Amino acid sequence: MKINLLARFAESIFWLARYMERVENLARLLEVTETFTYDARGNQDWEAILEINADMTRFRAGHKEVTLRSVAHFYILDGANPTSIVASLDMARENARSLRHLISTEMWNQINVFHGRVKALDRRDVSPAKVSTVCRMIKEGCQAHTGITEGTLYQDEAWNFYWIGRAIERADQTSRLVDIGYLRAIRTSRDLSSRAQDTHWGALLRSATGYHAFRRVHRIRTDAVEVIRFLTQDEALPRSLLTCVGGARALTRGLETRHGMNTGRAALATLDGIDKHLRGTDVAALLDAGPHAFIDDLQCRLAEYTQVLGRDCFAQDA
Amino acid sequence: MQKLFENYDPGRFFCELFGPPRSNRRPVSAQVAKIVRRLNGFNLGALRRRSREADQELYNLGITFTVYTEQTSVDRILPFDVLPRVLSAQDWAVIERGVRQRIEAINLFLHDVYHDRKVLKDGVVPEDLVLGNPHYCPQMAGVKVPGGVYVHVCGIDVVRDRDGSFKVLEDNARTPSGVSYVIENRHLMLRTFPDFVANVGIRSVSDYGPRLHQALVQVAPGGKRDADVSVALLSPGIYNSAYFEHVFLAREMGVPLVEGRDLTIEKDRVYMKTAAGLEPVDVIYRRVDDAFLDPQAFNPNSVLGVPGLFAAYKKGGVTLANAVGTGVADDKAVYAYMPRIIRYYLDQDPILENVETYICREAEGLAHALAHLPELVVKPVGESGGYGVLIGPQASAAAIAKRREELKQNPANYIAQPVVDLSVCPTLTPGGVEPRHVDLRPFAVTGNGTWVLPGGLTRVALTKGSLVVNSSQGGGSKDTWVLED
Repeated sequence: MKINLLARFAESIFWLARYMERVENLARLLEVTETFTYDARGNQDWEAILEINADMTRFRAGHKEVTLRSVAHFYILDGANPTSIVASLDMARENARSLRHLISTEMWNQINVFHGRVKALDRRDVSPAKVSTVCRMIKEGCQAHTGITEGTLYQDEAWNFYWIGRAIERADQTSRLVDIGYLRAIRTSRDLSSRAQDTHWGALLRSATGYHAFRRVHRIRTDAVEVIRFLTQDEALPRSLLTCVGGARALTRGLETRHGMNTGRAALATLDGIDKHLRGTDVAALLDAGPHAFIDDLQCRLAEYTQVLGRDCFAQDA
Repeated sequence: MQKLFENYDPGRFFCELFGPPRSNRRPVSAQVAKIVRRLNGFNLGALRRRSREADQELYNLGITFTVYTEQTSVDRILPFDVLPRVLSAQDWAVIERGVRQRIEAINLFLHDVYHDRKVLKDGVVPEDLVLGNPHYCPQMAGVKVPGGVYVHVCGIDVVRDRDGSFKVLEDNARTPSGVSYVIENRHLMLRTFPDFVANVGIRSVSDYGPRLHQALVQVAPGGKRDADVSVALLSPGIYNSAYFEHVFLAREMGVPLVEGRDLTIEKDRVYMKTAAGLEPVDVIYRRVDDAFLDPQAFNPNSVLGVPGLFAAYKKGGVTLANAVGTGVADDKAVYAYMPRIIRYYLDQDPILENVETYICREAEGLAHALAHLPELVVKPVGESGGYGVLIGPQASAAAIAKRREELKQNPANYIAQPVVDLSVCPTLTPGGVEPRHVDLRPFAVTGNGTWVLPGGLTRVALTKGSLVVNSSQGGGSKDTWVLED
């Protein structure tokens, strides 16, 4: 007989996916910041990351200066920082551990070995000479996980919850990138069309793996409005907000159409709302006002979706 | 190149590969001779390298048990010895029949103890030993269990004495663990030594999961077609040291691995909380001890349990495997009566004898124990995992004196046995291939009938001369081969 997925496992696999997505994005952001964000005097902007993630206070408690070394330590190795890569991977592995009988052996094996490799890193591995190699290793560890999951995870409801988690987290991460990108832009120069801005918007696009795709679509010089529109409303960029939300919608709808569950309906309705909101947004006007309030609102809407999903599908008390 | 077994000397012990002591160290059969020849094809360095690869694989796969200290938790592997323990088809036939017989008797005994108590009235087993036993569950009196099966999964610890005969050391009728290692050890062996295992003719261990599932379906509460029976495995959760095994078994059976918080009771039926709402559960293979099953019926502080589970069970709304209260049958004191229990219910001689046992709660047994303390093994009846065991010949005078006092203070807490000269098996050690003592835990599954997994868990005492095979005390394991006829 078919047994439906336990609510606790639905929640665990949703979070396994979110933590892995989070780790991948953070590793990419650190790598891109390290490689592409030198200003004319060779300085890098590490503060924006801390500000956008609202981590400045916690960072200050353990580190004095905002440097590549200290920020990399904080975000990669610092187990006391709940937003660090190590902490996220711990959570991912704990979730995977409770899912071990459901996920493929290959998935578990890779997570276990990858987690061990990251746990074995020390301060020397986040030195300026090595940090980009380490970030690449971490990113590739996440991508190997993604590939193994795509190729081995049985496509029942658990599969839907997994990919919903990836999509929702990815949307959340891209919204943060837009926030950081804008902050860096106005900080680097008041002139939004200078050459420094070109590299800057390039770095933002690279953080969302959209640089070359953007070039194919816009062969003119980088334009702030077009970059933000690309990250927000493009329907082909895997990490754009609209793509992520569209993916989550299809997967949430699939809970009912493919698996006969009616407990995802309310959550689907919130996603429909987000989709409509994104499509209706005027990006040029958004940039005039500064995108922070818009991003904040979007993140709240995504959190609301997660909360409704938790209430209806993860058997959480409302 | 040195032959692996050139300096191998099992001394005065029975060797699993080379037979009785002083038998000129010839392999016990033509089949074993072939295995030994193949092993000799490896040099020590190659064997060590493969052994390291096997250990690494166990870590990577997370085939580990978790050891908790005050601050931290460490994942440990059960050390795997690459030299297999081999059992002939004839030896296995004896163990298999013996295990079946014992389980049949244990189930009849439990049914009797919780219903008519004839065995007590007839004076076969002392009444106070059973009714006053901490594992006796008064709430189980009169409770009907499907098919009269109390012990669905049983692990019986068997040792081989110096004369080559098998003897039962202990019955495990509550929640015996270790079966996952039997199967994972085999898979590991196949991966690490594909050239070694080819064409030997080893009985497969891979169908344990489906067999267990089938047996559990057979004992479901009545009224459902087999295909509609819903089975779940109840685990204390990821922090339990046997969690890997729970994962393994849930996966092999294809059933959900649930924790107490995933279950709820409505009108004496058990339901699990799924992403689509509540769904019924008919059979629970539980790896949670009796005391923690249901805070309403047993330990009120248990957070692992399901409130109301026992009431539903009593009314036949769900089957628990193993049944509640089976500990009264695997108690070390009741063990001493097992040969008599077998004769009483089955009118047969035991196929597997007990190790000779002195029951210290009886005056005669206590007198013998006190008089021969330095030669005996003295075990507390309520402990498991090898804790609190005194091995007379290896103990200090102070330890013996201490145990003497404990025996006088609380004789009913102990049994005494002569030291069994556990058989040895060639084992890879830092000093080369050396004899190490082994035992065997065959696993039996009971639904409509009893099926015994061919082989079982061979535990090996890795410390030279040690007789303690428990994983908590430096034991490892071996792949166990039952040869085809």
